[in-house]
Amino acid sequence: MKVDELSSLSNTIRRDIIEMLVQAKSGHAAGPLGMADIFTALYFDVLRHNPEKPHWAERDRLVVSNGHICPVLYATLARAGYFPISELKTYRQFGSRLQGHPNRLDLPGVETSSGPLGQGYSAAVGMALALKLKGSSAEVYCIASDGEHNEGQVWEAAMSAAKYRLHNLAVIIDRNNIQIDGYTEDIMPLNSLRAKYEAFNWHVIEIDGHDFKEIIDACDMAKAIYEKPVAIIAHTIPGKGVDFMQGKPEWHGKAPTPEEAKIAIRELRSLGGRVKREED
Amino acid sequence: MAQKEILPTSAMRDGFGQALLELGKKNKDVVVLTADLEESTRANLFAEAFPDRFFEMGVAEQNMMGVATGMALTGKIPFVCSFAVFSPGRSWDQLRVGVCYSKANVKIIGGHTGFSAGGDGGTHQALEDIAITRCLPNLAVVSPANAKQAYQSVFALAELDGPAYLRISRSAPYHLPGTLTHELTKDKFQFGKAQLLQKGKDVTLIATGLMVAEAVIAAEQLSKDGISAEVINLHTIKPLDHEAILASLEKTGACVTIEEHQRAGGMGSTILEAMAGKVSVPIEVLGVEDRFGETGDPAQLAAKHGLTSAKMVKAAHKVVSQKTCRTMIFC
Repeated sequence: MKVDELSSLSNTIRRDIIEMLVQAKSGHAAGPLGMADIFTALYFDVLRHNPEKPHWAERDRLVVSNGHICPVLYATLARAGYFPISELKTYRQFGSRLQGHPNRLDLPGVETSSGPLGQGYSAAVGMALALKLKGSSAEVYCIASDGEHNEGQVWEAAMSAAKYRLHNLAVIIDRNNIQIDGYTEDIMPLNSLRAKYEAFNWHVIEIDGHDFKEIIDACDMAKAIYEKPVAIIAHTIPGKGVDFMQGKPEWHGKAPTPEEAKIAIRELRSLGGRVKREED
Repeated sequence: MAQKEILPTSAMRDGFGQALLELGKKNKDVVVLTADLEESTRANLFAEAFPDRFFEMGVAEQNMMGVATGMALTGKIPFVCSFAVFSPGRSWDQLRVGVCYSKANVKIIGGHTGFSAGGDGGTHQALEDIAITRCLPNLAVVSPANAKQAYQSVFALAELDGPAYLRISRSAPYHLPGTLTHELTKDKFQFGKAQLLQKGKDVTLIATGLMVAEAVIAAEQLSKDGISAEVINLHTIKPLDHEAILASLEKTGACVTIEEHQRAGGMGSTILEAMAGKVSVPIEVLGVEDRFGETGDPAQLAAKHGLTSAKMVKAAHKVVSQKTCRTMIFC
């Protein structure tokens, strides 16, 4: 898919996210908006997958370890054809398949149930190990947040991936510098994730998480690296696309009011002010 | 590797290790993970025979449980082996969400349960593992009585399509109950069934794990005292065989349970929960009374906490005598 098509799709997904959050009156805003470009690139360019056959054995796996950013996962899965787009409005409602945190038993395309941080990371290691054992060429991509790296389990998993030389595993780290209680470097400083991952014997790539070419090239590079797992540190702007949310930790874990959502949608429709009138 | 004979005096973990090796030959999807306890859990027999399907995860139980989840979701049948105090003790959140909430086909092997870690002391003696596993939806909980039954249960759990916790001891039964030992395992292991070892009419003795042997000895003594005891080996704590337990309690009208575990949340608790409102009979629950273990010989420690056939006999006399007391309200 061409970059301008991806860009237009990610804008649509951002609007979906705002609409889901305002409907649900709860959920996370900043992370999902910040990861919209990466999810769009993955599902519409990088991943080998088939929405008609979500359990296809040779599919590439996308594991979302930081389950709280599920609005972006749900919106992207719906736009990719895994379930009807109209179902997005049921997010966080009683009886919905779109649970507050993803449940793999409910929704096609969700690889793991996640919420408690660090767990998806280990599951991704397990999937990569099992696929290697089977001689499969499927790749495993794992989305993990920077705040998630506070969890000891993440480092246990990182050690084990390096031990087993999981060349079929790429972890995409959402380096947006915020977590619930504030900036990551104030809450529990991560310092250089590059230095840490290199010390753990991973191959590290750093990208602009809003540049489609860089996202796709990094995933291609991850496939080419054969001797190590790959960490793609994606620098993203939390709340990207909505001016009043961008870079603000207070938007990590809350939903916009209907009035705020209107402003956000208007901004997204105008592509950040580049289009002067909605009908343009 | 030649099959080692499993004797009544064999340690339970040896029966487990032998079964895992044989299961590995039969089922190529079985993989084994351990957290730096390969030899202690007896996973080493499998590891030597199938090095490609054995994964040494280092001292990192949380990641081990998570990795097993990912493997199960990719079609493997992982057996996760450690001491129960560490796994599921330390990896409970990963067990809860990764394995149980997701219905991942992972088998969790908790070793050195009860007082069997003896010399290692209270930190290593798992007396809470039944409580923290049986409360999790979708998780089966199995606690075999001896080495042979541990051996049998491994094959049964491999056939079960879903998560299961297997409670293993480092020890053999502390006191061998004579000829009845073989009765424990002469039939096929039936997952989900309460195993009736001996029919009786005056009192039901329900035991799990190494305490089954104590119950068998207690029944022999009770018989000499003129009390006919029914003995049930509750090797499957979850799902509970409600029907068999209820039928036995209705028949005998009195019950004593025994387990090498805290009284709170254990096997006895599950009986009380299940029978409340269904049957009104005096029940005594024998187990550890809200205390940690300590260094010592396992049999000595079990005796210190009242987990012996003698205490069971005493409790049986008590509940039998209470049967006629109409003023007491039971469960």
